[in-house]
Amino acid sequence: MSVSGDKPAPVRPQGFWSYANPVKFLGFSERILPALWWLSGICLAVGLIWGFFFTPDDFRQGSTVKIIYLHVPSALMAINAWFMMLVASLVWLIRRHHVSALAARAAAPVGVVMTVIALVTGAIWGQPMWGTWWAWDPRLTSFLILFLFYLGYIALWEAVDDPDTAADLTSVLCLVGSVFAVLSRYAVNFWNQGLHQGASLSLDKEENVADVFYQPLLVAIAGFVLLFLALVFYRTGTEIRLRRTRALLARQRRA
Amino acid sequence: MVLTVHDLSVARGGVPVLTGLSFDVEAGCALILRGPNGAGKTTLLRTLAGLQPPLSGEIAGAEDQVAYAAHSDGLKSMLTVRENLTFWAAVFGQRDITPAMTAFNLEDLEERLAGTLSAGQKRRLGLARLLVTGRPVWILDEPTVSLDQDAVRLFETAVTAHLAGGGSVIMATHIAPGIDAQVLDISPWRATAATRAGASDEAFL
Amino acid sequence: MKALLLRDLMLAFRAGGGFGLGLAFFLIVTVLVPFSVGPQSDLLARIAPGVLWLGALLACLLSLDRLLALDLEDGSLDLLATSPLPLEAALSIKALAHWLTTGLPLVLAAPLFGVLLNLPGPGYIWLVISLALGTPALSVIGTFGAALTVGIKRGGLLLSLLVLPLYVPTLIFGAETARRGAAGMDTSTPALMLAGITLAVIAVMPFASAAALRVNLR
Repeated sequence: MSVSGDKPAPVRPQGFWSYANPVKFLGFSERILPALWWLSGICLAVGLIWGFFFTPDDFRQGSTVKIIYLHVPSALMAINAWFMMLVASLVWLIRRHHVSALAARAAAPVGVVMTVIALVTGAIWGQPMWGTWWAWDPRLTSFLILFLFYLGYIALWEAVDDPDTAADLTSVLCLVGSVFAVLSRYAVNFWNQGLHQGASLSLDKEENVADVFYQPLLVAIAGFVLLFLALVFYRTGTEIRLRRTRALLARQRRA
Repeated sequence: MVLTVHDLSVARGGVPVLTGLSFDVEAGCALILRGPNGAGKTTLLRTLAGLQPPLSGEIAGAEDQVAYAAHSDGLKSMLTVRENLTFWAAVFGQRDITPAMTAFNLEDLEERLAGTLSAGQKRRLGLARLLVTGRPVWILDEPTVSLDQDAVRLFETAVTAHLAGGGSVIMATHIAPGIDAQVLDISPWRATAATRAGASDEAFL
Repeated sequence: MKALLLRDLMLAFRAGGGFGLGLAFFLIVTVLVPFSVGPQSDLLARIAPGVLWLGALLACLLSLDRLLALDLEDGSLDLLATSPLPLEAALSIKALAHWLTTGLPLVLAAPLFGVLLNLPGPGYIWLVISLALGTPALSVIGTFGAALTVGIKRGGLLLSLLVLPLYVPTLIFGAETARRGAAGMDTSTPALMLAGITLAVIAVMPFASAAALRVNLR
């Protein structure tokens, strides 16, 4: 609660937070979106073509290893999308910037698609390697649980009419869900020790995949990151326009 | 001064309905809010009761001082009249419910299940709940709905006694109850296109 | 606080309160299992701890949508929110009442249902211990789900969708405790994890529930 006697002009935030203004955000995203689309397209094309056609077959896994160029980046983005939603939810709860809440909303379907890609490519990869489409391996199971969290989050957004109430409730759910997602990860690890190979990317050099596979993989990951950013900017823009339409209609009704 | 409201703006569903409202309510005074349907009386009362945050402005003296009664009485149909009242008394740290039962003529209904009461009897029980809260500020939203003439008299007597005891009352009502009260028409403070700054959609325009 | 607990218990036991529904549901699930997987007693013995845990979890879920929705309908939640009782405490009490009327009967009845599924001898004590440790967490997490969805019409299905993923860690450690107990293995790790989750959830979750409920009341 603040006293506002003779209404001074609102202080406009400078720097990073000035993009919390929907109009400014919209202008900014419209300027960088073409570059994002192009860069992600180029990175994806280079990474995937390089990876699929110009790397040797693995001595154990044969050519099936090449699905790694879809599997690892999508799995990475599936987790990072949730992390982005968590940060955006915190920003909404603390600073009440509408753009932040809408960005979290926009990221959820992208994250869900990434999770599905990771699960499907994992199944396709697992079939020749482990002889099964699905195993209750900790990593696979964790992704399935992540998928369920995404579904619940999206369903809650859809179920609540008032946009600010929906933003508040989904933010609280995202916070609590994050804690439980991490907890589930450890619980699942404890529950079954699993078939999945170690991390494909880690700081520990011994565990890493060989360099020939590694370089195109990095390019493909860059492509997925850029694609994610482009999709989130685009979808956030759509959400902002929807809210703007709503606001204009409300003003018209009252006038 | 029991309750002070300064430059208050309240919103319903993210849209401001009242802006720049200021008033005081002294101990022992009653204030009746008037205004057409949809003017924002209920929203204002809910904000005063602390159920929703104000858009801007200050409310002083309301926190932990308020007993709120609105359209639904918070009664459990499977509990008796006495059990319902005893429960609310206990929640507000009070014990004696007899004065409240007497004030609203509920003694004969004491062992009836609340679900079997008529609408007017339920409302009487809902209003009796105010007496067992021990709170000085009553915030009432259409308290006389479905009450008959005699019950309205009981209500007026209870309010008069509450005011005489140094309490205060803010209510929204369409009838003219027989109590000493100031009347505040809130229509002049209705949010218009010019004053609607602060809506949650504002940033998108 | 005591008054709220007593009221909720009284309401649950009076006609229409739904006490016993969860228990009956648990019984039916247990009875249906042999029909779906076959009557071989060695198979039933192997899956009994997991099936009983899953049945108890679903039975807990059954009554969650009444937990706050009824109080919202008759205006009690508004009045509670303006009362001296903090909303966090009120929700903790409501979760406790839910556990006493749903979770506790399940814990006590579980050994009986274990007989139906041919649960091995050493499993009974650990089944009861794991359910006693785990079901309070189910009630508290469920209260959070109920607080999130209380303003939504026909929110029952959404409530399940939101709450079930949150039940995963509790279910894993709970069922693992019971399974290891039945197999005569060391149960200390999952049992301690389960107790840890329950205590942490009881300590922290009411704040999240109250935050969600405040949003829904305004």
